[in-house]
Amino acid sequence: MIHLLHRIILVTGHYGSGKTNFSVNLALACRQAGKRVVLCDLDIVNPYFRSADFEELMHCRGIETISPTFANTNLDTPSLGAGLSAAIQQPEKTVIVDVGGDDAGAVALGRYAPEIAKGAYSMLYIYNRYRYLTRKAADALEILQEIAAASRLRHQFIINNSNLGEETDCQVVEGSFAACEELSKQSGLPVACVCAPRAIAGELSCGQPVFPIDLYVKKPWES
Amino acid sequence: MRHDVPGQRDYRYKGVSKVQERVLMKGNEALAEAAIRAGCRHYFGYPITPQTEVAAYMAKRMPKIGGTFLQAESEIAAINMVLGAASAGVRAMTSSSSPGISLKCEGISYIVGSDLPCLIVDVMRGGPGLGGIQPSQADYWQVTRALGHGDAHVLVYAPSTVQEMVDLVVKAYETAERYRLPAVLLADGMLGQMMEPVTFPEEGAHAPIEKPWAVTGHQNARKHNIINSLFLKPDELEERVKSRFLRYEQIKKSEQLAEETMTEDADIIVVAYGASARIAMNAVKAARADGVKAGLIRPVTLWPFPTDVLQKSAKQAKQFLCVEMSMGQMVDDVRLTLEGSRPVHFYGRTGGIIPTPAEVLAEINKLAKD
Repeated sequence: MIHLLHRIILVTGHYGSGKTNFSVNLALACRQAGKRVVLCDLDIVNPYFRSADFEELMHCRGIETISPTFANTNLDTPSLGAGLSAAIQQPEKTVIVDVGGDDAGAVALGRYAPEIAKGAYSMLYIYNRYRYLTRKAADALEILQEIAAASRLRHQFIINNSNLGEETDCQVVEGSFAACEELSKQSGLPVACVCAPRAIAGELSCGQPVFPIDLYVKKPWES
Repeated sequence: MRHDVPGQRDYRYKGVSKVQERVLMKGNEALAEAAIRAGCRHYFGYPITPQTEVAAYMAKRMPKIGGTFLQAESEIAAINMVLGAASAGVRAMTSSSSPGISLKCEGISYIVGSDLPCLIVDVMRGGPGLGGIQPSQADYWQVTRALGHGDAHVLVYAPSTVQEMVDLVVKAYETAERYRLPAVLLADGMLGQMMEPVTFPEEGAHAPIEKPWAVTGHQNARKHNIINSLFLKPDELEERVKSRFLRYEQIKKSEQLAEETMTEDADIIVVAYGASARIAMNAVKAARADGVKAGLIRPVTLWPFPTDVLQKSAKQAKQFLCVEMSMGQMVDDVRLTLEGSRPVHFYGRTGGIIPTPAEVLAEINKLAKD
């Protein structure tokens, strides 16, 4: 799946669609493929469960991180440094941008749209069929279009990240295929891959590439 | 004492495929959708981290179902809109987080004084003052003791899973209407923000009860209904308050909810609610694995406090350990309940820090060695 993507990768989607966990997994996979990776947390909407939480893990795997100035402090101030602009201009780097949820989160991405649109980029739409407000393809499409409008950029791929958290099994993942296909048809965007927990990734029967993922976004009582 | 604790049901294999039934929700979204399913069509709120998703969700959903989402000019305005809507007998709701709840207190007291049911959600963050935006349980005293002036109580439900947020919203509305007083769903930033799979009840499965007291327009067919909390004659006010306290006594008898885990033979009982109970559960299981007889009591109602379960467990248990995300508040109720019959210890973190299972386990082990 990685070979489909340009070096600027914009990870967008509905609140709670799994953008952060996907971004962390994608950053690790790109790094493993030998790329120089920068993971940028552009979520200035929600201070909980964000990719800035994984700085230590990223750094020890040789991945650079860019976070909002006050991420993980008690200061509720949405502010962004110049780090992302600098990274965009460094062609040797693969830049993964973990964008905040919905159009509200994508507004922050819009601030960088003129710089990003100068070159090639891959904007992804993370889709989870089990999120209540995106169960129907038409509703998921509405959010996709709102994100595109707010960010002033265009999506290239859908990522089928359908999951039920700790209850995710083959039946759950496979149960999302029809809705995701419908979203693909309605949006005209291809599905780049289906995400599945690593343990069951080999058991899935589907026509799309499977991207095995590990769960990094955890609750305090999960080890 | 009740054991039919909501949220503990296993929905996964109920005949219908879980793929059809289950959805993945944030706590904040789940409680909002649950309120809609329970018939709430009037939401009045004001944004504050970490509960803003409740308002955001209502803003998206209410217009699609003919409901009212109103972002008020302040928390004070929002709670007074709830007072107005509840007077008309509809299922009304507001939500906020700690500092915002402080602002609502005057209005909540008016709602109690007017004998009106409604749902108030408090997704706690650190305090005092603006405090922080990370999870906390430091508003226990405020919510259970004095969520407004006067001789006033409100029902307080404390979910510890996203599913339980759904179930307790429904329960809170029903109980609030039965006794005519506000119900508070007391969560914390972690529960509000985290995601878990949930199953929702059927829409319309929980119809509101008849409300002959509601101010809905008498159309010359009945006497005026008057909703009021002002009683200038002392004996009249005393009578109103006393009759409300008779209902409080009934609530204390009938509405206690708690969940017990491995308490039958426990020497050390950990008492924790909400997200802290999830942490404590891990620690209790780890202690059992090490051969320490530990158990967990998780209060689901904080007012009424589940005194029956605690008193019963004190017959067996030698020591109690209260775990909270505060400097120690619920521990007062545990001590009051046990009346000095057993030592009650406390472990807590505050300021937005969540205790770890390892920290709680260390406390259990310390007590086990004593």
